[in-house]
Amino acid sequence: MAEEKCLMKGNEAIGEAAIRAGCDAYFGYPITPQNELTAYMAKNMLDSGRIFIQAESEVAAMSMVFGASSAGGRAMTSSSSPGVSLKQEGISYACGADIPCVVVNVQRAGPGLGGISPAQGDYFQATRGGGHGDYYHIVLAPKSVQEAADLTYEAFDLADKWRMPVMVLADGLIGQMMEGVVLPPPLEGCKRPDRPWAVGSGKSGARNRISSCILDPETLEAAIHSRYERYEAIAKERTSFEEIEVGDAELVFVAYGTSARVCLGAVQAARKAGLKLGLFRPITLWPFPSERLASIASDGKRFLAVEMSMGQMVQDVRLAVNGAAQVDFFGRCGGVVPSEEEVLAVAKKLLGRDA
Amino acid sequence: MANKGKPVIDRERCKGCLLCARSCPMKVLAADETPNSWGYYPSRAVAEEKCIACGNCYQVCPDVAITVYKL
Amino acid sequence: MEALYGHPKSLVSVQSKYCPGCGHGVIHRLVAEAVDELGMQEKAILLNPVGCAIWADLYFDMDTVQVPHGRTPAGATGIKRMRPDHLVICYQGDGDLAAIGTAETVHAANRGEKFTTIFVNNAIYGMTGGQMAPTTLVGQKATTAPRGRDPDVAGMGYPIRVCEMLATLEGTKYLARGSVDSAVNVRKTKQYIKRAFEAQLRGEGFGLVEILSPCPTNWQMSPSAAADWLASDMIPYYRLGEIKNELSTRGTVGEGASLQGAAL
Repeated sequence: MAEEKCLMKGNEAIGEAAIRAGCDAYFGYPITPQNELTAYMAKNMLDSGRIFIQAESEVAAMSMVFGASSAGGRAMTSSSSPGVSLKQEGISYACGADIPCVVVNVQRAGPGLGGISPAQGDYFQATRGGGHGDYYHIVLAPKSVQEAADLTYEAFDLADKWRMPVMVLADGLIGQMMEGVVLPPPLEGCKRPDRPWAVGSGKSGARNRISSCILDPETLEAAIHSRYERYEAIAKERTSFEEIEVGDAELVFVAYGTSARVCLGAVQAARKAGLKLGLFRPITLWPFPSERLASIASDGKRFLAVEMSMGQMVQDVRLAVNGAAQVDFFGRCGGVVPSEEEVLAVAKKLLGRDA
Repeated sequence: MANKGKPVIDRERCKGCLLCARSCPMKVLAADETPNSWGYYPSRAVAEEKCIACGNCYQVCPDVAITVYKL
Repeated sequence: MEALYGHPKSLVSVQSKYCPGCGHGVIHRLVAEAVDELGMQEKAILLNPVGCAIWADLYFDMDTVQVPHGRTPAGATGIKRMRPDHLVICYQGDGDLAAIGTAETVHAANRGEKFTTIFVNNAIYGMTGGQMAPTTLVGQKATTAPRGRDPDVAGMGYPIRVCEMLATLEGTKYLARGSVDSAVNVRKTKQYIKRAFEAQLRGEGFGLVEILSPCPTNWQMSPSAAADWLASDMIPYYRLGEIKNELSTRGTVGEGASLQGAAL
C-alpha cells in the first residue's frame, strides 16, 4: 500500500525518516533552528524504546554517537552551525576510526553566535573536513522537506556502506517550513547491514578495537591512503546532482538547498520572458559533481553560483570548471534569503539584458 | 608457624622499581647487581629463606613480574 | 609448589611501556583480575582516552574503544546504552576526567549511567611531561606551576576532590577512593573495583573508583620515594575509603562481608 502524503515540518520529517531508517540512538542538544528535531526524537525514540539522550553539550553528543556506533548502533545527532563547530572533534575521530553515523546540520547565520535565520556558511566546514586531519565525509544537501526525509533515510545506509559520518546539510528554512512529504517505509530488521567490526558483539574470542590512533607515521599514511581510495570509489558511485533546463541555457545557476529553490524560481520566470537560464543543483556537496560541471563548462556555458554565504561552493565550481568558462558569484549572508527577483536581476545584468 | 614461600622474579619483565622490596615485611628482596637486557637492575630474592608468601610483592608490582610460590 | 598468584587472563602478558613504579601497572592488573573473577572477559568493553591511559588498549585482552580526550563518559554512555549487558569500563586520568572532561563526568554521573569509571589520580599530567592537573596539590611543582601550585597570587585554583564533588549528585551510587602505594591499600582497592563491577552487573550506577597512583617520572622521585610521598602528602588530602555507598548490597570491604550481592 502506498504511503500517504502528509504535511510535515522539515525538522520533524528528518526525525521521522531517521526513525524509519532504523536509528537506534539519537543524542542531541537544543539549538535554534533545529529544536523541533530534538523534541521529535525525544518523544518518538523514547516511545519506541530506543535511545534518546539530551546531552550536556554538542561535543558530548557527538562522542555519544561515536560510542553507540562503535557498539553497533545506528546513531545520529543534529545541531545548527555553532553546535556543529563543537562536533568537529568527534567527526574527525569518527572519520579516523571509520565509524558510521549521521550528523544533521540545520544551518544558521554565522560566524560566532551570528543569527538564527537560514544561511549556507558551513559549506567549507562540511566539505573541507571541518575538523583536523586529512579526511572527507559524504555531505548531502536537500532542497525540500521531501528530499530532507529521503536523504536522511539514505544517509544511514551510506554511512554503513562507506563507514563514515554522513552529513545532511540543510538550513533553517528547510528545517522550519512545512511541505507535503511521502515518507519512506520503515526499514526491515533483516536489511540492516552487519557490523562485524563493532565492539560488544559478545562473540567468544573476538577482539574488536576501535581507534584512530596510529603512532607510526608510515602506517598512518598507508591507512589514510586506503581511506582515500574509498573516497574515490564513493565519488564514482554516489555523486549526484540535478539539472534543470541546462541544455540550451545561456547562463546556468549553480546552487544547492534553499538557494537552488530561489534560482529555480528565477529560471522559471526567465523562461517565461524568453530568457534561457538553467540550474545545476549539486545534491552531494561531497563528493562534488565536478566531472559533470566540467563537461557542461566545455559546452560553452557560463555559470552564476548563488549561495547564502560570501562564496564557498563557488570555489568548487571554479575548480571544476578550471578556467574553461566564466564563473560569477552572487550571495546574501547574515541570514538573508535572496529573492528570485534579485537573483534574476543579477543574471540579466551579467548577460547584458538588464535594459 | 609462618608459611614458607618463594618469590620468583621475571628478570626481563622487571623494571627495577623496587616497590616489592619496599613492601616486603621480611626484607627478602633487593636490587640485583647485574642488569637485565633493558638496562634495569631487577629485583632479586637476596634472603629467600625469610619469605612467608604474604604476596605483598606481587600486589605492588606494576609489571606482574613476580610469581609467589607457597612451599 | 603452589603458585599463589597468577597472571590475569584478560591482561596481555608483555612488558608495558609504563614507567618503572607507575601505578597504571598495578591498576591494570586489578581491573583484569576483577574482570576474570567475574567471568566477563568476553563481554568487557574498555574505553581508553588520552593520557598515559591511551596505552591501555595494548594491555587489556578485551574489546576497546579509543575516544576523544575527556569524552570517555560520553562514549561510554553510547556504548552502555547500546550494550547494557556488557561490562563497560572507563579508564581515565585526572586531566581526562576532571579538566577537559568535567562536564561529561558530571553529567554521566548525574544521569546515573551504568558503566564503571576507573579514575587514576596521580596529581599531574603524565603523558605530556608533568603539567599541573586539577588534582595537583597546593605547593606541588609542575612544569606549568614551576614554583608550585599557587591558588592565591597566581590564581591556580585548588585540588579537586572528585569523589566528594560527585557524591552530591543523586545519580551516583558508589564512589570509592583507593590507592596503590602499599600492599594493604592495593588489596582494598581491588575490593572497591570488584564491588563497583558487581554493582554494574546488577544494573546499579553511577559507580567510580578513584585510585591514587604514583608518577615517579613526573614527580621526579624514585618509585619508592614516590610511593612514600603519596602516603605522606596525597592521602591526608584525598581520604581513602568508600566516599559514597548506596548500593543495594552493603557490607564493608576488609571485614569479611560477602561481596556477592543479589543474584544477577
